[in-house]
Amino acid sequence: MSLLFEMNQKALNLGLPISVHLDVTYRCNERCVHCYLDHDDHGEMTTAEIVDVLEQLAAAGVFFLSLSGGEVLMRRDFFEIVERARKLLFNVKVKTNGVMIREKEAAKLRQLGVEQIQISVYSHRPEVHDAITKLPGSLKRTIRAIRFLKAQGLKVTIANVLMVGNFTDQAGVIALAKELGVLYTLDPTITPKMDGDTSTVALRIPGSDLRQVFHNQELVGNVEEFCAPPPAPGEDIMEGFPCSAGHTACYISPYGDVFPCVQFPLPSGNVRRQKFLDIWYHSPELKDVRSIRAKDLPTCSTCSHVGTCTRCPGLAYMEGNMRGPSTADCQKSFERTGIPSANMLKLERSRPTGPLIQIQTFANSLPDPALSGGDALCRA
Amino acid sequence: MAEKYISRSSEIAARMLGGEMMVMSATDSTFFTLNEVASVIWQAADGRTPLSEIVAAKVCREFDVDREQAQRGADRFVDELAQYGILLVSDEPVDSLPSPETQ
Repeated sequence: MSLLFEMNQKALNLGLPISVHLDVTYRCNERCVHCYLDHDDHGEMTTAEIVDVLEQLAAAGVFFLSLSGGEVLMRRDFFEIVERARKLLFNVKVKTNGVMIREKEAAKLRQLGVEQIQISVYSHRPEVHDAITKLPGSLKRTIRAIRFLKAQGLKVTIANVLMVGNFTDQAGVIALAKELGVLYTLDPTITPKMDGDTSTVALRIPGSDLRQVFHNQELVGNVEEFCAPPPAPGEDIMEGFPCSAGHTACYISPYGDVFPCVQFPLPSGNVRRQKFLDIWYHSPELKDVRSIRAKDLPTCSTCSHVGTCTRCPGLAYMEGNMRGPSTADCQKSFERTGIPSANMLKLERSRPTGPLIQIQTFANSLPDPALSGGDALCRA
Repeated sequence: MAEKYISRSSEIAARMLGGEMMVMSATDSTFFTLNEVASVIWQAADGRTPLSEIVAAKVCREFDVDREQAQRGADRFVDELAQYGILLVSDEPVDSLPSPETQ
């Protein structure tokens, strides 16, 4: 068991937040086709408000702080925010598209002791990457930023979100990451927009592509182990909870709204009106999220994948029920193992197998003696 | 023997969690947890207080341990963290970061 896992478990047992994802802005210089955000500024927290939140988070015991957006560098005070965060001794991770990072910015991030930078790259080909970001020249600028950051000795990870428009370029992005000497992470999850608009979901890669990802040794390591059928869940699994959202982690928007996770838009409080710890300890929404155990999930508790599924309660919430299945994760479990989830089987059973209605007219034919009773004009 | 002055590197993240200090190096992501005794030394590493004084005034007083034994343990701890560059050792007083927020 790793030390990090142990500390996370300790935070869980103590009911303490250990990780916070703070979006400092939703403004962005790119317009990615799959983005779940509205990029207008509806009244972001001021520098002073963010600093106050950081102080509260430090006092609450938060150790891991992810600063993201939008594009973080759209805020002129971004480095001031990072500086305050580092003075408060957070482990700081920055998520950016890198477009605005040049030598000076890279040096500043290094000087401030940022632990890692995650940069989105959608393809190694400018025509594909730039078509997704809708910013001409963005791949060139992003790669330039990665080189500046690497030259400073910073730990950089390329985050490759997979969607229908870039799936075939995945190997090219891996090769690019190797060439640049940075880490690579892949994410096949496209989420609905935060306002509930589900149009982005159409960009999700189909099951057959997902299956290829899960059976790619370079990505998953031991394929046989990764794609093995799920073991029978024990009591510990059924008493377990789905993920860290609301348990040891939470998300804060640029407007101060607190949610269990960036992918779980259940409004749980606002740091402009309440102290962070009041929200953390007393929000009815967070308490509700924390009360859920695997055994309480009506469909998923009966599923053979319950112990190994990546079920996201936030995606389930966006589908209408945080205790329900997340169909995107059902799909992943299926493509990984070839075994359908309980939800898939349920949907299959409830799907009519024949035509909804069959009508036989008698105008041009003799009545079927079997139907002559007059009670079976329609057969399902 | 010359006095040791210890100070925390500025290249670390740190937070107290349930009596243990979590420390992570920003340069190579090495993660450490310090037990209660080590956490007390860590928090007192202001670069100005000699290690021997930290041991006498903090460790021995708070944990009721023999001074010689505590000093040996503290020396080992300091040497180990210094190897990773997260604790800086000097033979004269230096500036250090403020102590991390405690839980």
